[in-house]
Amino acid sequence: MQLDAKIPSGPLAEKWDLRRFENRLVNPANKRKYHILVVGSGLAGASASATLAELGYNVTTFTIHDSPRRAHSIAAQGGINAAKNYQNDGDSIFRLFYDTIKGGDFRSREANVYRLAQISNSIIDQCVAQGIPFAREYGGTLANRSFGGAQVSRTFYARGQTGQQLLLGAYSALMRQVAAGRVTILPRREMMDLVLINGRARGLICRNLLTGMLERYCGHAVVLATGGYGNAYFLSTNAMASNVTAAWRAHRRGAGFANPCFVQIHPTCIPVHGDYQSKLTLMSESLRNDGRVWVPKNPGDNRPPGEIPEGERDYYLENKYPSFGNLVPRDVASRNAKEQCDRGKGVGETGLAVYLDFRDAIERDGLEVILQKYGNLFQMYEKITAVDPSREPMMIYPAVHYTMGGLWVDYNLMSTIPGLFVLGEANFSDHGANRLGASALMQGLADGYFILPYTIGDFLAETGPSEERTDNPSFAAIQAEVETRIAGLLHNSGSRGGRSVDFYHRQLGKILWDYCGMARNRKGLERALEKIPELRDEYFANVLVPGSGAELNQSLERAGRVADFMEFAEIMVRDALAREESCGCHLREESQTEEHEALRDDARFSHVAVWEHTGEGNTPVMHRERLKFENVHPSQRSYK
Amino acid sequence: MADKTINLTLKIWRQAGNEPGHLETYELESISTDMSFLEMLDVLNEKLTLEGGEPVAFDHDCREGICGMCGAVVNGIAHGPEKETTLCQLHMRHFRNGQTLVIEPFRARAFPVVRDLIVDRSAFDRIIQAGGFISVNSGSAPDANAIPIPQETAEQAMDAAACIGCGACVAACPNAAAMLFVGAKISQLALLPQGRPERSRRALSMVAAMEREGFGNCSNERECEAVCPKGISIRNIARLNREYLRATLCSGDKTPS
Repeated sequence: MQLDAKIPSGPLAEKWDLRRFENRLVNPANKRKYHILVVGSGLAGASASATLAELGYNVTTFTIHDSPRRAHSIAAQGGINAAKNYQNDGDSIFRLFYDTIKGGDFRSREANVYRLAQISNSIIDQCVAQGIPFAREYGGTLANRSFGGAQVSRTFYARGQTGQQLLLGAYSALMRQVAAGRVTILPRREMMDLVLINGRARGLICRNLLTGMLERYCGHAVVLATGGYGNAYFLSTNAMASNVTAAWRAHRRGAGFANPCFVQIHPTCIPVHGDYQSKLTLMSESLRNDGRVWVPKNPGDNRPPGEIPEGERDYYLENKYPSFGNLVPRDVASRNAKEQCDRGKGVGETGLAVYLDFRDAIERDGLEVILQKYGNLFQMYEKITAVDPSREPMMIYPAVHYTMGGLWVDYNLMSTIPGLFVLGEANFSDHGANRLGASALMQGLADGYFILPYTIGDFLAETGPSEERTDNPSFAAIQAEVETRIAGLLHNSGSRGGRSVDFYHRQLGKILWDYCGMARNRKGLERALEKIPELRDEYFANVLVPGSGAELNQSLERAGRVADFMEFAEIMVRDALAREESCGCHLREESQTEEHEALRDDARFSHVAVWEHTGEGNTPVMHRERLKFENVHPSQRSYK
Repeated sequence: MADKTINLTLKIWRQAGNEPGHLETYELESISTDMSFLEMLDVLNEKLTLEGGEPVAFDHDCREGICGMCGAVVNGIAHGPEKETTLCQLHMRHFRNGQTLVIEPFRARAFPVVRDLIVDRSAFDRIIQAGGFISVNSGSAPDANAIPIPQETAEQAMDAAACIGCGACVAACPNAAAMLFVGAKISQLALLPQGRPERSRRALSMVAAMEREGFGNCSNERECEAVCPKGISIRNIARLNREYLRATLCSGDKTPS
């Protein structure tokens, strides 16, 4: 596997400019001769589809949902970063670049992250022009707020629904192109496999989720914008349909998978409350500005919080990190919550929660001020838990939220398969080992509106508009493989034995959470590597999927996704095992400072780990892309 | 969190494709009151699966009230009895032990039933295609602060933009009108200066699309507003009417045929 990142030469600030000049162009009249297949309709997929169509390409966009507007980008709450410096507080492109690469614990490419910061400003312009109702000051200019990991105020927002508004903006641009006849939307389609012809990505096999029929689509390039794989853990803040299938199938066809073990665990989620629970709900981390995190000093103290006297409370973040206190970064807050619960000091029914207490803030500022800031979050919490956080402390616990790992792409966003481009959370490109808040929306839209439309042109200009058709034997061969897979999942249909898909998915989630979560060690990871194949074998033998493949069958849809998670989980664990350093979101227990803080190992691990599939039953092979830092100096983070 | 459980009788609409549907009765025991409504359906489906039955098909995705994918009529109310709450955010503590729940799909001529509780809401996409956008290509936008917009205007636009496109408004309306949905989008874009150049054409063609899809008209029942999980006000319907009237009387644009 060749890993040429294709980073342009020249100074950092001029690289993207240079690349755009180097890129070959497709003559406007020739663009209509090309057909591009885009899988996914979230921020990255919708913005890419719309922009490619505006340029004159023919686009077919596939979505797993009933409408492109449902994609999970819609759930992002907080905001989107840009280096506008509207607040005149010293922000700049370089500062946004620096904060993002440092936030990622120096595990991403300088050139990519710098380009992201450069493009950030155009994204805000574009979104405002689309009619996105961002928050504004009384004078009519755009408002900003602060977010973790930055000392400037650069986050643009639309209440707590920024993702929704940005997605609906991209969706409206997409709908405009549908009306213009340049985009065809295929809803309720799931990509089952990628079709390569002569080593190049040329098409897809999709399952029509309404009829169950397999369908073939052919194009000159394939774009995956299929999101992250957080649902491997079963419980996460991801939507129910979020999955790894498209990325995993592409990986099996030759696309390198980069840093699969880089998973972000968000510290402030509503804790798990029962075996039936289907997902976890995020509470914005802005709550940590005023809430104080604590647990009882004595393990096993199960008195209600109001009855625990001040002297018997342990405000562990404030005690351990006096200068950052409750505002330590996500990974530090998450790890410490787990540590307290592991010591038996967790609270609530399950003992897997810590308190986030607003009592002192309410005494200090008054209830009205606190409700102004967090009223909607308090309501949301009460809706789910029936507890009013202004009277009783919230209970929170960390949850899987975002995956920094993804398919490896070069600077042009092309994977190791020619003609296969990967955007948004599905690629690995910009967040290193940890993503800062309000950066996911920025990356998705940067990739879709402003990067791919330029870089794909270079690829198409080079390869030309040669025709391929779906009667090429490659399509038939791959479709047959998909049919076999589906039949395998249905082999217990009609019987009464066995277990449901969710039963096995929960087990897989538990293995990953226990051994490949916030803190990892060799022994645990090796244990996981034994357990996952056992579980997978049992899954394929005993899973009970009712119904048939030739109809709408939601159990079958889930079964296919879980089957791919079962395979994918193994390279996640292998990657975690190989990365013998702590960095970004995860602590490798063997790599700690004397004060039990994460210890990065730049000498051995300043690289992107890229996994190559080497055939069924074979051990995957890891390749390394070395990271070079010429403009910033990797420093060790400290929040003491 | 209270550790309480309840028993329920469910009458759920079962329908495959074009065949006629019917209500099927299921008994569920020991449902934790901390469950969400959809988690309760998950429990039912798990049970049906293991008993060799066929799980109930229902749409859902984010399960945090923002994607707009879920929705069903529970005892006659779209998204169930809690105000400003999607089905996924409705919790079982709002129901009583021994209660019977009748669960049906969102019904409207423009929303054909696909299966069980799943309906086809693609008509909404086609209405947006008719004009629910501002025609600006990527890259051609002026600086974001070039046009100041009063805070109040931005807030009003955001109130309208909060629509999640779930279709509860249509299901609740005796005329199966989509005017709250259309009014919300027209309002958002008409309020903002960026949307002004296309306001007349937008109003005319979105209303035409709405009628083409088979949605009814507003007769001020206000049922839509009552069930809207995002609290979208019917003022947006008033604004839609004004925009439409204005476009018909004052602009040179003709109603698209």
